[in-house]
Amino acid sequence: MSNAGRTPLVEMRDISISFGGIKAVDHVSIDLYPGEVVGLLGHNGAGKSTLIKVLAGAYQADHGEVLINGEKAEIRNPRDARAYNIETIYQTLALADNLDAGANLFLGRELMSRGLVNDAKMEAETRKIMGRLNPNFRKFNVPVKALSGGQRQSVAIARAVYFNAKILIMDEPTAALGPHETQMVAELIQELKAQGLGIFLIEHDIHNVMKLCDRASVMKNGQLVGTVNVNEVTDDDILGMIILGKKPAHLAA
Amino acid sequence: MTDTGQAVAAPAPKRSIIDTLELDVRLLGMLVAFAAIAIVFTIWTGGTFVSPRNVFNISVQAVPVAVMACGMVFVIVARHIDLSVGSMLAMCSAVMAMSQAYWLPSALGLEYGSPVILVVTILIGFAVGTGMGALTGWLVGYQTIPSFIVTLGGLFVWRNINWYTTNGQSVSLTDPNLLMFGGTEGVLGAPISMTLGALAAAAAVFALYSARKNKLSHGFVVKPAWAEGAMMGIVAGAILLFVTWLSRYPVPEAKLKRLFQARGEVMPEGYTAMHGLPISVIILIVVAVSMTLIARRSRFGRYIFATGGNPDAAELSGINTRALTVKIFALMGFLCALAGLIAQARLQSHGNDIGMLEELRVIAAAVIGGTALAGGVGTIYGAVLGALIMQSLQSGMAMVGVDTPFQNVVVGLVLVIAVWVDIIYRKRMGLAK
Repeated sequence: MSNAGRTPLVEMRDISISFGGIKAVDHVSIDLYPGEVVGLLGHNGAGKSTLIKVLAGAYQADHGEVLINGEKAEIRNPRDARAYNIETIYQTLALADNLDAGANLFLGRELMSRGLVNDAKMEAETRKIMGRLNPNFRKFNVPVKALSGGQRQSVAIARAVYFNAKILIMDEPTAALGPHETQMVAELIQELKAQGLGIFLIEHDIHNVMKLCDRASVMKNGQLVGTVNVNEVTDDDILGMIILGKKPAHLAA
Repeated sequence: MTDTGQAVAAPAPKRSIIDTLELDVRLLGMLVAFAAIAIVFTIWTGGTFVSPRNVFNISVQAVPVAVMACGMVFVIVARHIDLSVGSMLAMCSAVMAMSQAYWLPSALGLEYGSPVILVVTILIGFAVGTGMGALTGWLVGYQTIPSFIVTLGGLFVWRNINWYTTNGQSVSLTDPNLLMFGGTEGVLGAPISMTLGALAAAAAVFALYSARKNKLSHGFVVKPAWAEGAMMGIVAGAILLFVTWLSRYPVPEAKLKRLFQARGEVMPEGYTAMHGLPISVIILIVVAVSMTLIARRSRFGRYIFATGGNPDAAELSGINTRALTVKIFALMGFLCALAGLIAQARLQSHGNDIGMLEELRVIAAAVIGGTALAGGVGTIYGAVLGALIMQSLQSGMAMVGVDTPFQNVVVGLVLVIAVWVDIIYRKRMGLAK
């Protein structure tokens, strides 16, 4: 698939952000097209999560700009990001453990009736989306801390998918999952991609990257090593980029 | 794609009666503890403990702490603490006392007893309380100073500005209207109380009914009709019993005579009147019901609990947790003003030491009521029940002649034991609670 001539869904240009003198992200530019999965790779501390949190509104970039559909976007907080249909599945899942699945799914966007939170309606909607994502999910009325890792993950995924995201950020969505659940997430990513969503996928497992991603952007020490088309490289090429911080010889022009 | 994702009814395990009624086990535990205290003291005092007069007194005495404890639940659920509530109460009380006794009469040129003074005094008190709370909230939320420090500072600051405001003197409440918030001076009498009780019982039954209807409309499993009926019966019965009981507490004859004299009438022979519900208790009920509604059914309440459960998640969900902190503490300050109004009216004067050490009782009431200091967990009814349990213990011990130091020893022990039992209970239940 060639992206030539198309407007990227997301373009992050020359983004820098530092914390107390440490450059966590150092002049990084990445982009994402509709119906595409872009993997973000790198060691722990390479700056992937920080970069993505700029897009999600959790951090403010010191330098650089974000374009959505070719237009400059002001994303000052997570609410702004949601207004651009950017949804994020955080590595930590960002669930309020003391609330049930429905309350978490609609957190910040509660369904109201006559000025009051309508829990029954939210539970009904949660049952619907869970019926699609994870039909085995049954625990709708208990705090999410009583759920297994996979169940918690599906609540976090449901939250991102429910609100018609156009841009989805997934920060290691399969890290806490068993093989069966990982397969379910992989299928979901394919399905969402087919619907035309753009997905940033932070992932450590090279096999998942090769299987799921169209392109891969590799970061090291806050800097972008390079972005490659996954079907033009081997696992070893990508591993080389992660470890050595250099583009493979046959691609480095 | 499944349409509803409806849970298929699993082969139902045998459900205990507690499960069937969907009772909160922790609430049940508190009610049992409360009942045990009542029974022990009733036997010990030969029945005086549950006399209408004593039930009335306990209710009235528990109100200021219970009102503040409702606010403290929100503060603690959001992972904060407020050590300044006793001092804020004193500060509000000082401002209100000075307003009605000196400032307003001279500034507005009004007579004592004018309803304008009453209204303006209360508004000033509420504004001062809310303002103090909002300031605390701003320092905690926007300046990120730990609430423990800010409110520890507030404990000193407000207590002593209160002192300065009144020159360290007690201020008598000269405005007779203010006294109606205190208890015995502001009661509704038996007929009105009984009517209100009946209305409240009907409202409670209706609330349970409409909650059930809402669940049914979405096709959820509800508890069996008999269990719902039993819950309705218990709740309505408890309300009616309480109101009836207070409506059996007669107003002393001498006081009735005075009241008639004040109106220039002569009391008819054999005339009696009952206290019924005190206005302060009605205020507490209104506060508790509203706060419960806020906690469970409003966005504000939902965000407080979400923030307490996981502040980062709340922030990432687009909740403005800083503004939320200001609101929580402002609400706490408002409730301190309300409690101050009630406390000074009950004592019929503002004393320098009003509300002294109340912050500890308020926190204890919330904690005995099941509010976890780690945040995210707590109920309003628990806090009110906690305040009632502490007041009953104290009242009962005073009646059977336990010395004051030992009364406080027992209250302290109860606090620790309540939390201990809760921890053991939660360990037994595993992660489920």
